[in-house]
Amino acid sequence: MQSFDTIVIGAGPNGLAAAQRLASKGAKVLVLEASGAPGGGAGLAHLSYNLDPRVAKSMALAQHGLVWQQTNLATTALGTDGKHLRMQGALGATLSGDVPEKDRAAWAALRTRLLRFAAVLAPLNQMSPPRIAKDAGNPMLRLGMIALKARMMGAREFRELGRIILTNVHDLLDDELSAPLLKGALAFDATLGGWLGPRSPNSVLPWLVRLSGQTAGVQGALGLPKGGMPALGAAMAKSAEAAGVTLHCNARAARIIVEDERVAGVTLADGEEIRARRVVSAIAPKTTLLNLVGPRHLDAGLTTRARHQKSRGGAAKLSLILRALPDFRGADLTDRLLIAGSEHDVERAFNPVKYGRVPEKPGMEIMIPTAHEPGTGGMHRLTAVAQFAPHAPADRDTARAAMLAACMAQLEAHAPGISAMVQSAEILMPYDIEDQYGLPGGQWHAGELSVEQMLFLRPLPGLAQYQGPIPGLWLASAGCHPGGGVSGTPGWNAALAMEAAQ
Amino acid sequence: MTTLRHFETPLLKTSFHPRTEAANKLWSWGNWGGYTTALTFEDLSMEHSAIRNTATVYDLCPMIKYRVEGPDATAYLNRLTIRNAAKLSVGGVHYTAWVNDAGHLLDDGTLFRLAQDRYRICCQERHLNWLLDSGHGFDVTITEETEEIAALSLQGPTSAEILRLGGFGIDGLKPYRMAEFALGDGWLMISRTGFTGDLGYELWTTPDQALALWDRLFAAGALHGLRPIGSDALNIARLEAGFVITGLDFTPADTCLREDRLRSPLELGLGWLIDWDKGHFTGKAALHKQRATGTKWSFVGLEIDGNISAEGAILYHDRKHEIGVITGACWSPILKKNIALAQILTKHLAGVNIWTEIYALRELHYEKLMMVARVVDRPFFNPDRRRATPPGRF
Ligand SMILES: Cc1cc2nc3c(=O)[nH]c(=O)nc-3n(C[C@H](O)[C@H](O)[C@H](O)COP(=O)(O)OP(=O)(O)OC[C@H]3O[C@@H](n4cnc5c(N)ncnc54)[C@H](O)[C@@H]3O)c2cc1C
Repeated sequence: MQSFDTIVIGAGPNGLAAAQRLASKGAKVLVLEASGAPGGGAGLAHLSYNLDPRVAKSMALAQHGLVWQQTNLATTALGTDGKHLRMQGALGATLSGDVPEKDRAAWAALRTRLLRFAAVLAPLNQMSPPRIAKDAGNPMLRLGMIALKARMMGAREFRELGRIILTNVHDLLDDELSAPLLKGALAFDATLGGWLGPRSPNSVLPWLVRLSGQTAGVQGALGLPKGGMPALGAAMAKSAEAAGVTLHCNARAARIIVEDERVAGVTLADGEEIRARRVVSAIAPKTTLLNLVGPRHLDAGLTTRARHQKSRGGAAKLSLILRALPDFRGADLTDRLLIAGSEHDVERAFNPVKYGRVPEKPGMEIMIPTAHEPGTGGMHRLTAVAQFAPHAPADRDTARAAMLAACMAQLEAHAPGISAMVQSAEILMPYDIEDQYGLPGGQWHAGELSVEQMLFLRPLPGLAQYQGPIPGLWLASAGCHPGGGVSGTPGWNAALAMEAAQ
Repeated sequence: MTTLRHFETPLLKTSFHPRTEAANKLWSWGNWGGYTTALTFEDLSMEHSAIRNTATVYDLCPMIKYRVEGPDATAYLNRLTIRNAAKLSVGGVHYTAWVNDAGHLLDDGTLFRLAQDRYRICCQERHLNWLLDSGHGFDVTITEETEEIAALSLQGPTSAEILRLGGFGIDGLKPYRMAEFALGDGWLMISRTGFTGDLGYELWTTPDQALALWDRLFAAGALHGLRPIGSDALNIARLEAGFVITGLDFTPADTCLREDRLRSPLELGLGWLIDWDKGHFTGKAALHKQRATGTKWSFVGLEIDGNISAEGAILYHDRKHEIGVITGACWSPILKKNIALAQILTKHLAGVNIWTEIYALRELHYEKLMMVARVVDRPFFNPDRRRATPPGRF
């Protein structure tokens, strides 16, 4: 059998990005993927909001099949009365619908600010988190540039950044805006993928992280690849293979082999052992440490910190096959449709989830792929990310059924008659997502992206430099800085850190 | 007399309290881990003298005890502690220590291998959280059993004879081994261990047998100079033996506030405990690194000129530069020397030109003494009778 110097566990966006980079620098890389195909969470995803431009360029994704259907998709926030709010351009550059004049002005100012603040923080994404230890050898110049840019916004803006950075989304929106649909859409976006509601402390910072992403050079823009997000995952896989990466699907890593207190390879679920001096785990750090490495090879304090790392997912994924195109009271079906009537609706959808229960009226991000590209047999597809869903309810099957019913009721309320069109329906709860994709708790970011788990605290204090706790082990998943999304950023950063360590 | 309510008498009483209370003529009590413990019963000099010349009992009940059992007990302890638990045979006891991820000492203690898959840890500090957390991923049960066991330390040259007279055949018992005996309708476990550096034993039983055990020992020891001792006498003996006490000689890492006060086993002279070849254990990577770069601090025994105890004194190089601190000191009655344990900067380990600043209180006036200190080997006192098997008939 061929021998490899590097094994990457997981062919999600980050595993593929890391693998491609390492292989293009001469490493012999084997990627192990548990499922039948590469792409990982791209298969769950709707839209691209933070694809790393370094990754897109270096992996030459365009040459490997990535074509944008849309690079700046509009959002329609659905009103039950047909009075929709349409947000066009990146982060609702223009609003059409029933929005008071003073809200329009206030939103224009707030929007500019949010994008500016996010842009100031954006360079942090592309580097290893700064370390706080003495003489840690931080890239002071780069950090200095970020600080300088923040300061160059002027005293007023700098103060404003300081004021809002650790506040909550509800208060921020409430200070400036009044229109419920607008506030609801923004609150939904801000909390998408998190385990927090708009009123949760520190909910603004994760939103800024989301807004630091870009599509085709436009900050805050949402991209839709032709063929959907799985096509982006497929392009990444093609690029990796073109760089010489060997990809084994249906190959689940069961253990990371540790010998003489360093990494020696991987044991697969079927018992096969594959040897390599370097193992890059691009699945969640928590799973990597607790399940693949195991406490016996780790210090007790680290094991405890890993166990306590928060990884609660709140997003469910609904897939419907419809016999006809639904009518969302005239909304453009090629838009991204949102059900989030107000910021309070978003909060109310989060409340029961705190106690492991299903919300009555979940918020929903809806996409209808067959409105862009016709489906087969005249059937239509509708997918939705529904928030919030409990990650650990008392009874999984009951919760799943209740969540499906709640989603259908929401859809019916916004597209009367849709229920009758349903050919088949499937919903993945956070725990189903964990089972199928391995994201612990079904967590979007493979570990909550919350202030206390960001930067040098991500994934865990002492492990934020992508280097694992055992020689030869590297961490490269969304659970690492700067977090999730189909970005490839953590994987790319990890590969850079490996190069720097050589 | 008014009756005191429980919160007005927060210190617990040990199983031996009815006897220690009756014997405590000075009514000198201290707080050891939340228990009422005697500091001195009657006369400090006589108590120390008994440790070295006859025999003594010391109430060990407040010692924290954990039972560790299950198929993974050995693997668990090897990950938890720095020494190799697998090398400890059933019926054996060893001294060990454990550290956090950064290699900083949490505590030291003794590990008893009660059975293939069952151990007891005896230590100074409470660690249940750390022990339970460390158990994640191991098939092991950890039980705090401090209250379930009454323990008494019997130390001194005549201790073996007293046990013989008391009906316990300990002739074959070697140092760091233990044996079980019947006691009343219960059991008594005797280990040849102790904290005095002398011939001695530690006796472990259930609380309901405690007083009977005490009485049996005192009946047997009447003509062998047996007396109870308090913590003050024990402290002198342990200094002579060169033993470390958590909280006195180092600050345990989990309660230490100042980063520069954290100490590793290498810095406390406990490097010999570390089994570098047994595989991973908590803190190993950090200790490995420290071993490679060398430690900033070291732990030493000192002999100091004069006869005034240097308790808490600062160490100087060339009378000028601070280079360390004395963590425990006494005038040793058996050695007739002024001895001390100290943390000292490693670069001064060679021990030249070391001075200690002693404040001697003489009739309400301090006299400041600058005395020469010499680094010497520990233990200061290490008699052959400690090891002789069968033990001598003194
Ligand atoms: C419901 C939901 C909707 C989302 N929508 C979007 C979106 O619209 N846009 C967006 O950008 N992001 C979205 N995300 C987030 C995004 O999917 C993840 O952040 C991203 O996929 C993380 O990438 P990754 O490479 O770190 O891990 P993953 O994508 O999770 O990849 C890990 C891979 O490892 C494999 N694996 C797991 N265990 C093993 C093992 N033991 N051995 C071998 N292989 C293993 C998995 O099968 C998987 O392929 C969504 C997430 C969720 C939960």
